[in-house]
Amino acid sequence: MVDFSLWDILRNLLLAARWTVALSLVAFIGGGLVGGALLLARLARWPGAQRGVALYVQLFQGTPLLMQLFLAYFGLGLFGLDVSAWTAAGLALTLYTSAFLTEIWRGCVDAVPRGQWEAAESLALGFGETMRHVVGPQALRIAIPPTVGFLVQVIKGTALASVIGFIELTKAGTMITNATFRPFTVYACVALLYFGLCWPVSAASRRLERNLRRGH
Amino acid sequence: MVVLDFPAVLEQWPALLRGAGFTLGLSTVAAAIGVAVGVACGWARALGPRPLQRAVGVYVELIRNTPFIVQLFFIYFGLPSLGLRLSPELASIIAMVVNLGAYAAEIARAGIEGTPRGQFEAARSLALNEFQVITRVVLPPALARVWPAMVSQIVIVMLGSAVCGQISAQELSYAANLIQSRNFRAFEAYIVATVIYLVLAVAVRQFLNWIGPRWIFGRVPARR
Repeated sequence: MVDFSLWDILRNLLLAARWTVALSLVAFIGGGLVGGALLLARLARWPGAQRGVALYVQLFQGTPLLMQLFLAYFGLGLFGLDVSAWTAAGLALTLYTSAFLTEIWRGCVDAVPRGQWEAAESLALGFGETMRHVVGPQALRIAIPPTVGFLVQVIKGTALASVIGFIELTKAGTMITNATFRPFTVYACVALLYFGLCWPVSAASRRLERNLRRGH
Repeated sequence: MVVLDFPAVLEQWPALLRGAGFTLGLSTVAAAIGVAVGVACGWARALGPRPLQRAVGVYVELIRNTPFIVQLFFIYFGLPSLGLRLSPELASIIAMVVNLGAYAAEIARAGIEGTPRGQFEAARSLALNEFQVITRVVLPPALARVWPAMVSQIVIVMLGSAVCGQISAQELSYAANLIQSRNFRAFEAYIVATVIYLVLAVAVRQFLNWIGPRWIFGRVPARR
């Protein structure tokens, strides 16, 4: 039997943490794009968009992320696609992220006073121009702290991808536990690594929020 | 051509029902204890002595910045090496309580810190002791203020409990997994389980919103 030192455990976990970061970034960026598109559809008052997006948000916020991952994994397979854990996890986490971000951002847009919309309209600005020059910049300022805060949720969410066989930090922890029989040490290291990833992001979100409040 | 076979899953309804009941049971116990832990910690963090504030702060930050599944695995797989062997159910409940406690602490703290100073002073001037000040004067309106956030967090923890199936606690996602291992209808089984989770989430939210003002933080006198 190979002996694992604490350094071996940490080194292997650190290598696996790259995949946690990669999956988080994919989900966050993909979710941001989809969430932004949904937000625009809602704001532009496309027929059915209000109700459709509300339903979409309710579906993703009202069901476990684990189930969403399973459905993506087995659902894509049903259509004869050869799904890798990467595809399924990326898809499920992207949709999950988009549902939360679109809701967060809607709140931020709503926080911009109505008078700003009316003023833009009275200046004969179209929807695109209003978003780009008037409402968008103001909403963006409010949106940054909660968006950064949600990144923490996404990073933690990627831990569930381990269940469908995506080898990231948590899965690596399980595999190393099976090899070393030292679950206490290994999972403590896993938790600390997640903390190391998430805490700076949480702290940044809090600092941004303080600055925003001070700015007013 | 994709053919879905829901009857194959639905005919195993007793397993699904048991799983859903189990999920509800886990969540009820975890929510009751977790909110209590959260209120105590929130109180300590808002008004307790400095070292206690620091300690609660560390607990809250540690839990809020690590995934629930890792907390669960640490408790279920890690603690036995310290001689603490837990059943899957107990480990699940402990993990849920520890997790909810941290989030609830932040929520409760926000409510308690929103209490005007005058309320404390008024209560003390009426010769209420410290405990009465807490339970009779400060907590009811503080909880009422943050109850919607608390309800959301309880629902999040209930949905998060789907992970407990991974340590073979026999809740809803475990039941779905069992069914799909019998009839290989994985997609259908998880669809059905997901819909049940959705129904549970909506029902629990409604129930807590209803019961909160009536039982949890007492009758808040109507504003005149």
